[in-house]
Amino acid sequence: MPSRTIRVDYLTRVEGEGALELDIRDGAVDGVRLSIFEPPRFFEALLRGRDATEAPDITARICGICPVAYQMSSVHAVENALGLAVPPPIRALRRLLYCGEWIESHALHIVLLHAPDFLGFPDAISMASAHGEMVTRGLALKKTGNALLRLLGGREIHPVNVRVGGFYRAPTADELAALVPDLQAAREQAVALARWVAGFRFPDFERDYEFVALRHPDEYPLNEGRLVSNRGLDIPVSDYDATFEERHVAHSTALQSVLRARGSYQVGPLARFNLNHDRLGPSVQALAAELGLAPGCRNPFRSIIVRAIEVVYACEEALRLIAAYAPPEAPFVAAPPQAGIGVACTEAPRGILYHHYRLNADGSILSARIVPPTSQNQGTIEEDLRIVATRDLDLPEDELRDHCEQAIRNYDPCISCSTHFLRLEVRRR
Amino acid sequence: MAERTRPIVAVWKFASCDGCQLSLLDCEDELLAVAGAVDIAYFAEASSTLRPGPYDVSLVEGSVTTEHDAERIRMVRAASKRLITIGACATAGGIQSLRNFADVKDYVAAVYASPEYIRTLETSTPISAHVPVDFELRGCPINKHQLLEVISALLAGRKPQIPNESVCVSCKQRGTSCVMVAHGTPCLGPVTHAGCGAICPAYGRGCYGCYGPAEAANTASLAGAWTALGADRRTLHRAFRTFNAAAEPFRQESEAHAEPHHPG
Repeated sequence: MPSRTIRVDYLTRVEGEGALELDIRDGAVDGVRLSIFEPPRFFEALLRGRDATEAPDITARICGICPVAYQMSSVHAVENALGLAVPPPIRALRRLLYCGEWIESHALHIVLLHAPDFLGFPDAISMASAHGEMVTRGLALKKTGNALLRLLGGREIHPVNVRVGGFYRAPTADELAALVPDLQAAREQAVALARWVAGFRFPDFERDYEFVALRHPDEYPLNEGRLVSNRGLDIPVSDYDATFEERHVAHSTALQSVLRARGSYQVGPLARFNLNHDRLGPSVQALAAELGLAPGCRNPFRSIIVRAIEVVYACEEALRLIAAYAPPEAPFVAAPPQAGIGVACTEAPRGILYHHYRLNADGSILSARIVPPTSQNQGTIEEDLRIVATRDLDLPEDELRDHCEQAIRNYDPCISCSTHFLRLEVRRR
Repeated sequence: MAERTRPIVAVWKFASCDGCQLSLLDCEDELLAVAGAVDIAYFAEASSTLRPGPYDVSLVEGSVTTEHDAERIRMVRAASKRLITIGACATAGGIQSLRNFADVKDYVAAVYASPEYIRTLETSTPISAHVPVDFELRGCPINKHQLLEVISALLAGRKPQIPNESVCVSCKQRGTSCVMVAHGTPCLGPVTHAGCGAICPAYGRGCYGCYGPAEAANTASLAGAWTALGADRRTLHRAFRTFNAAAEPFRQESEAHAEPHHPG
């Protein structure tokens, strides 16, 4: 077997900077490294000494694609440290805000970043020449998600309206009602999008993953729940650190997270769907069944369908929350400083996002720890790549490279978050 | 328009959150039109086609925090007729410039178990500290309408119409009553560059300065007004030390309120 070198220096259509390196020895894949060279920004260090009330604005800047996820995990964790509970209308508004981010982020990933892989285009703009209707539909969906973010958050990227204890300003019922027609149309667009992506050709690829997601007694998980898996994990979020461990590997400025007991695991849409299918409600379950998607799906390439289904869910959930909306008496509850430790996990579009804070009596942050979903999926991505690369080793290099990149995009990796950009380098010896 | 007359555009990322380049993708109604009017040759977040320069216009997001990036920005500049920075990171160093006031070794050790794997510069610096910049668009994040204005201006060969007044002017245009006067809420609006549309005061909170200093910002006078509203030294120190901490007027004002024993 001749030795050769393949290299993807800069992974595209992902958020952030990373590379992929494959070592091939004697015709077999010897090593796989998802190399993340996104320059570190040291959020956990720069949060020390800041006021806990600044955490939602500062941590939002970790990621421009999913700032709401950072805002949600941070306010819940700080409130946990302060022993603070927010009243139901504020809880409902947070869930509604998160629906906006799921719609926006998933629509972006499905149409602009991932669908081009399945249809053989370098990007959505060139894909628009052949699939203009779907690109337009995806952009319309994204716009509706952003409209929800703009009303509840003030703006789409780095919303300004979230605070520890609630919101600076609660929307009026009329302002929310004005979004209903667009959300109804978005629901139909999302259904059409789900049917479209379900018709793509999916590689025959399955692995026995451990899926980890939040689980809530009544709802499809967004802001809270217990951490569960398909291998019996069922713990409160407060046991996260005892159960999971972050490891620092030489090729990455991201930390990789593993289950102490069993190694790598998968978080994100496929994990949520498999573990919370019964919480999706009858119409979304019926759509999933129509598209041939049942809980227990172990093909990560089909995550694009799950994302589309989650967009349908988020539209329905937003409509339900708006119909039930009763404005809170006050937009926030006071959050007086006190010493304490607080943790929280919420479901970012890419999977669980864990925040841990230790607070001083004056309200300042003594320590902060943040575990983004992409760090948690990194081990699993590398394992998937080893299989894809082994299977496709004899293909021309361009195709091998494309297949590897597509396998990475299954996870919608947000490298800015987990660092923490991608080069694909294949070394054949 | 014929292919060869469309300006060739590249979008680059340095240390950042991706939010400012996302603003381009957030132009849902205009995206396909923009993509028709310009030739996007390099935009890694959105396309697998990455074409080498030269480029007519480079949009640069993010700050310089590694030696590799300090080298890369010179390469980008050399390949670009015009270079426009987008956002607070590229224009002022971003939130990651808080390291400029600390010991970076201590920062690395706080986050990473194996500090020897991490290569980083001691400071996070704006693009203009490394290469000449033709236009700086402010904001954390930038305003997508302003980005479209900058792109339209480029296409028309005119100067972008981006006012450099303070957020106070935007509040008046929006009809928001002054949160400092009406509610005693400390607000950085009087010293902050306009562009966001004065969102925070419209949502009942004080401006937190994410567009950086306005021209001729009198930060000392504003700090006095905050003190009169009950803000302590620590609050003032932090208020000027966020997403534009390394922008000169904000840097000086935050240092004026540092703890006496702690020059940072």
